[in-house]
Amino acid sequence: MSADSIFVLGVNHKTAPIKVREQLAFTDDPEAPFRHFKSIEGCEEFCFLSTCNRVEVIFTTPRKEETIRDLRKFLFQASNLSDEESAKYTYLHHGSDAITHIYRVSSSLDSMIVGEPQILGQLKDAYRQSSDRDCTSVILNRLLHKAFSVAKRIRTETNIGGSAVSISYAAVELAKKIFGDISGKKVLLIGAGEMAELAAEHLVTQGITEVIVANRTLENAVLLAQRFKGTPVGLNEILDQLETVDIVISSTGASGLILHQKEVKPIMPKRRNRPLFMIDIAVPRDLDPELNNLDNVYLYDVDDLTHVVESNKSERVQEATKAERIVVEETLKFLQWLDNMELTPTITAMRQKADTIARTELAKTLSHIELPAKDKKSIEKMACAIVNKLLHDPILHLKDSCRPDEKQKKIAHARRLFSLDNDNQILQNSSEENRGNNITPAGRKCYDSEE
Amino acid sequence: MLFTLTFIAYCFATVFYFVFFVSQNKQIRKYARIVLLIAGILHTATIIGRYFATGHTPLTTHHDTVSFFAWAITWAFLSFRWRYEVKNFGTFVSVVIMALMVIAALSSQQVNQLPPALQSKWLPIHASIAILANGFLAMGFCSGIMYLLQEREIKKKRFGLFYSRLPSLEALDNLNHHCLSVGFPMLTLGIITGSFWAKQAWGSYWHWDPKETWSLITWFLYAALLHQRFTSGWRGKRAAIMTIIGFGAVLFTLWGVTYLLPGMHSYVR
Repeated sequence: MSADSIFVLGVNHKTAPIKVREQLAFTDDPEAPFRHFKSIEGCEEFCFLSTCNRVEVIFTTPRKEETIRDLRKFLFQASNLSDEESAKYTYLHHGSDAITHIYRVSSSLDSMIVGEPQILGQLKDAYRQSSDRDCTSVILNRLLHKAFSVAKRIRTETNIGGSAVSISYAAVELAKKIFGDISGKKVLLIGAGEMAELAAEHLVTQGITEVIVANRTLENAVLLAQRFKGTPVGLNEILDQLETVDIVISSTGASGLILHQKEVKPIMPKRRNRPLFMIDIAVPRDLDPELNNLDNVYLYDVDDLTHVVESNKSERVQEATKAERIVVEETLKFLQWLDNMELTPTITAMRQKADTIARTELAKTLSHIELPAKDKKSIEKMACAIVNKLLHDPILHLKDSCRPDEKQKKIAHARRLFSLDNDNQILQNSSEENRGNNITPAGRKCYDSEE
Repeated sequence: MLFTLTFIAYCFATVFYFVFFVSQNKQIRKYARIVLLIAGILHTATIIGRYFATGHTPLTTHHDTVSFFAWAITWAFLSFRWRYEVKNFGTFVSVVIMALMVIAALSSQQVNQLPPALQSKWLPIHASIAILANGFLAMGFCSGIMYLLQEREIKKKRFGLFYSRLPSLEALDNLNHHCLSVGFPMLTLGIITGSFWAKQAWGSYWHWDPKETWSLITWFLYAALLHQRFTSGWRGKRAAIMTIIGFGAVLFTLWGVTYLLPGMHSYVR
């Protein structure tokens, strides 16, 4: 088996603008892509991945030009682009480049936000959809399982997904550094705004139980409070609330400060000095910068959080170079496996293994019995004969002529029976993690944009 | 001989903890823990050996006292680790242990005749309780240092070496409180047993000898901290600083008093 028959065809956020990508959605009939790809001649195995930042088909084929053309045509069938235009937006990787590409996708090196964890789950789902419909076989099964284990390896060996790269996540991370366990803490949301709501939402998913929403108009407060199952209060009640809350997120449109240091200072003893984490997302600022000088009060404004995010991003870039090295290494390993998937190396490996076993066993037995040289010779001959006869039928079976994909399955079986690739166990533990993201085969959910 | 072995084991544990602190490689932490446990066991054997060599509880020379102090921290730490885990606590504790072991190694290991005043059943009780208390208070000191380092980075919004490596502020504050809530009752017990011994040896419970005075000052420092924590919720930075000051008083009671303010306890050198 040679790597030449592995291809990846697709579009992603780097090659095509959203205007083009959104035309590639297959929302009406989730089965359509599978049905269609199966009907394309020469498309032997395939796996179809569709997320908000990428649509790609991983496939194997012996016939190159026609299959690729047909696939591309199908992907762009709903769009009004000509063949030349669609070719301009798509990328086609082939052979070892295709393998590298898949590894980079699974380990999130190719994502818009490097290191975001969702893509692995999405790829696992895509693989499951395809393998459930019998669209994958020996090569892609192995390749995708490898892609999952490479992603896992990169996650454990590098710090690529280490620290938050969005403002709302940076806020959650800081809250955890201050409070440890944030479940059971109380958050006060002053004003409304996309970023503030996002941060509050993240805190709620991390276990915050109580949200209090303060707003200039009580109506808005009530509406927003409903979203978080929280309590609405008026702006004038903020100081009372400060006695019990732990985290304050402020993003009002007020032109001046709404909370001064001298107002909060007397509240701290009433709070028994429990730490207070204040996040000021408003511009101009809502919270007095002097608040940070109070003991046990930690104030972060937008600039502070942006600064945290920027330094985390540059750390991820550094980690990405380590990850690329792992990808190169793993690609080479996969190519090696592909080389071994041919008939001759498999038979050689079987013979070698049987010979080694026979020889070690012979050595063990003959070392503690005294025999004349002639007898030793004949025992050795017998061992060789047993080995050859045992291997005779399996080898004949392998050599039998049959369809090329049947042949690969036979080779794969033989390699597993004789355990010629020691790492077969990864074929089993495919999908126990990241099962949360249920996407329909063609319907797309956006995960790439946030962590 | 045993002492040398123990010393080497502590060296290795400290180095492993440091390498772990920088690299955050979990495998190395495992080695560090195992080596520290071995060091703790060797150290126990060393102290038992000293007991037979001297014929009495080995807490009367400077070498033995400091060595026992290090032993107390090691086992206080190991007993805490068994109950719950605090990220990278081991690195800080191992530094303190190592420092004490160096001091113990540098002081004379010669065995002295036991002065008559020390020949009492109170010697092992009083001295070991007092030093075990010091072990927990030393851990409180480490947690205080860790708190200040972590709080500094969060306040200044500049995340350096410690931000990702140290646990949350709340966890460190809790740790501080736990160390004190074990260390302080033991310190109290140490002072009480000491005064019983004083009654037996010198005829009255309290002499205002410098060691007694200073251990009382230490006691008041910690008592004030605990009192404030319960009544007005002192915590965080203030508690951390108080714990560090309190430990300063512990060390002064141990060394400062012996060398600077001679009194009835001064034969312990």
